[in-house]
Amino acid sequence: MSGLLALSWQRMDTEIVVIAALGAVACALLGNFLVLRRMSLLGDAISHAVLPGLAAAFLLTGSRDSLPMLIGAAIVGVATAVLSEWIHRAGKVDPGAAMGIVFATLFALGLILIRRAADHVDIDPDCVLYGAIELAPLYREQVLGVELPRAAIVLGAVLLIDAAAVLLLYKELKISTFDPALATTQGIPAAAMHYLLTALVAITTVAAFESVGSILVIAMLIVPPAAAYLLTDRLGVMIVLSLVIAALSALGGHAGALVVPGWLGFAGVSTYSASMMAVCAGGLFALAALLGPRHGVLSKLAGRLALARGIAREDALLLLYRLEEAGAAPPASPAAMLRARHGIGPLAAHLALVQLRMRGLVRPGEGRLRLTPSGRTAAAELLRAHRLWETYLDQHLDVPRDHLHRPAERLEHVTDAGLRGRLAADLGHPAQDPQGKPIPVSGRPDAP
Amino acid sequence: MFLADAINWAGAFDWSAAWAVLTLRDYNTRVVALGAACLGLASGVVGTFVLLRKRSLLGDALSHATLPGIAAAFLLMSAAGATGKSLPGLLLGATLSGVLGVVCVLLIVHHTRIKQDAAIGIVLGVFFGVGMALMGIIQNAGTGHAAGLSSFIYGRAASMLAGEALLIAIGSSAAALACALLFKELTLLCFDPGFGGAQGWPIVLLDSLLMALVVGVTVIGLQAVGLIMMVALLVIPPAAARFWTERLWAMVLISGGCGALSGLLGAMLSALTPRLPSGAVIVLVASGLFGLSMLLGGARGIVARAVGGWRVARRIARQHLLRAVYEFTEGAAGAPRAARGAPRVPVAALLPLRSWSDFHLRRELERARRDGLVRRAAAGAYELTGAGVVEARRVTRNHRLWELFLIRHADIAPSHVDRDADEVEHVLSQEMIAELEGELTADHPELAAPPSPHRLPAEGGGA
Repeated sequence: MSGLLALSWQRMDTEIVVIAALGAVACALLGNFLVLRRMSLLGDAISHAVLPGLAAAFLLTGSRDSLPMLIGAAIVGVATAVLSEWIHRAGKVDPGAAMGIVFATLFALGLILIRRAADHVDIDPDCVLYGAIELAPLYREQVLGVELPRAAIVLGAVLLIDAAAVLLLYKELKISTFDPALATTQGIPAAAMHYLLTALVAITTVAAFESVGSILVIAMLIVPPAAAYLLTDRLGVMIVLSLVIAALSALGGHAGALVVPGWLGFAGVSTYSASMMAVCAGGLFALAALLGPRHGVLSKLAGRLALARGIAREDALLLLYRLEEAGAAPPASPAAMLRARHGIGPLAAHLALVQLRMRGLVRPGEGRLRLTPSGRTAAAELLRAHRLWETYLDQHLDVPRDHLHRPAERLEHVTDAGLRGRLAADLGHPAQDPQGKPIPVSGRPDAP
Repeated sequence: MFLADAINWAGAFDWSAAWAVLTLRDYNTRVVALGAACLGLASGVVGTFVLLRKRSLLGDALSHATLPGIAAAFLLMSAAGATGKSLPGLLLGATLSGVLGVVCVLLIVHHTRIKQDAAIGIVLGVFFGVGMALMGIIQNAGTGHAAGLSSFIYGRAASMLAGEALLIAIGSSAAALACALLFKELTLLCFDPGFGGAQGWPIVLLDSLLMALVVGVTVIGLQAVGLIMMVALLVIPPAAARFWTERLWAMVLISGGCGALSGLLGAMLSALTPRLPSGAVIVLVASGLFGLSMLLGGARGIVARAVGGWRVARRIARQHLLRAVYEFTEGAAGAPRAARGAPRVPVAALLPLRSWSDFHLRRELERARRDGLVRRAAAGAYELTGAGVVEARRVTRNHRLWELFLIRHADIAPSHVDRDADEVEHVLSQEMIAELEGELTADHPELAAPPSPHRLPAEGGGA
């Protein structure tokens, strides 16, 4: 299939991807701040609400020139934000609902205006919604002696404006995004930043509308930054990642529009590239949500599993040590005892014992698992932590004697050598715990 | 150009057809209008709880997320050899993918650090993208007639069939009935889910039930209003109703009525102009009702709140004036007395007592004179009437009691207490005053108004 794709890929496909990538990158750049400021739905609202601005510009000028459209839509975009804010304040309406009221109304108005205007101007509401990116390379203009697609020129210019604004005001945007109160005390007008961002989003939305359609705008404003947010904790890295994800979505989306219908049994059929770009961005978001290094669902799951395995290993080690201490023979089935005492499942118990063997902490001898000297040292440190905690809880926190074991059992797994030393020093290096059992001395296991 | 176009349009208007529509004489119009009205009623009722639960925009994600289900259902039914446009099949697909969309929003919010607004945006954009991609396949593959599917996006109530209107009517009644039966539970869910949970109510179940109602209303409304504007029907009527009342049951009724009216009027208007998308017309009617409610609403409307604010300002100004006059008559023992004993108060002497302009002071005095609280004693001087003395004594007494309370119980310095008492004395209820009196008049049982705890400006001190 990829071979077929490579054969059918033409210069026009490359141009489509470049145009879409310019739009996607411009949207994603601003989207970072929208997502972080919890203004994500402003992009959604504006991209619905600019419709009447576009229509009014058509009706007033009677042409599809970019400049009047940009201005008209930017005005309506900012008006959306101001009006939502006003309804929220003056009418005490929930902010989300206020936004919904404004953009649904404006969208309805725009739809009606466009249907009325459709007799005179070559414009189609479907085209505004889904975009006609497949046709974008056909409209060309001369710039500096080079013939370029018009959409590429417009989107390139908008991207430059956005990039310039973000680079020049990076510090101000960053502070007012994360701490508006601090920004105000530093003399940075947080409200002005808010409206600047709104105006930039409006301009970008409109420029992208014409060629790539509103679905792509809504998706690219939010999805790539949200995916990047799951991959990093640094704003600069997040912005760069979101731009890469946006560009990748443009490429993958166009290829997908040519290829995916074939997978679904529609060979030779292609679908809207802009829609597939949104789908592709969604796929990349899902990957980031699952596999992200720190915030991904799977990596968080893996972290929890690793922690559970570590605790199971330590429980197994301690079990063997306590049996030795009590003078009992090594158990025939330590896995069964781990299950009975600690609720560790058979698979996890088996895994823990295998790992202990691989680390040389236990060794089979005479058919039974026994502690090695290094295993005995490690287990003694654990038991030391356990009994020191029991002593501490008894002396300092007045925990009843019969309730000492459970909390100490939790704390023993997270107590390192330094903390054990400080606990012992604080307690005056006790030799016995409250039940009278000996507390092992650090680094010198009492070999039974 | 647009104006000329509008005039042409109006000129070509067929008035007899319009009359037939407005009187619901036309069978088609009757079907469409009743269907749209039922839909508006149900979405207004369900939307009230959604708005109060602050979940309005989740409905937007939901309605956008129905598109892939519709397109996939069409493709599957076509592949199975059916027509592909069977309404129950399409609506089943819409329901399934709408629910999937809501589940995705909840999963993203619970399992990642993405906030709800971004999660809604992600689901909305990506699901709509999937839906449009499938629509593109349908269009380009030429599988049967796909034209009808776009009515799910923009809404086309005008082409509603009697069976579809019946479906809407049944579904809407069921949703409204469910809200009526679960009124108490939903109220608890909206206002205090934490308390409800502690009382043993199944809050998660109730939340899911509310979302299921939203899914139901959205799915039956898709054809008439379209998925882009469906959220408007869920949000606008309850937001409009909120301006009229502070009571939930009244809000539900008003919201349902507003939604029904929007549906009815919108469907009629779009029947007059068949080229306009009916969803947009219905939404604009609802927005108009919202605008009117926001302006005129009896409970929270802008005009009602402005009138309320103006009344409070008037009452406060009246009380300030009476107290200034009373304190002047108290302080100025040597003030010229009229024959009947009430001291005359020159306007010039009152002027420094409050930071009012001369015009403001004279206007307040004239208003008080019209209400019979003061009368003109001489040129540029007024005196309190009998009723005025009673009222002025009451006002001054309140002020001083409150000052005493602040000094004793709130540890406010006597030099600052006048200003603080000014701010709160006007909002004291009668019970509160009685309580203060009980606590404080034990010290001064003989006085009509206890003596001021600080120096009065009339005695020469600064206020």
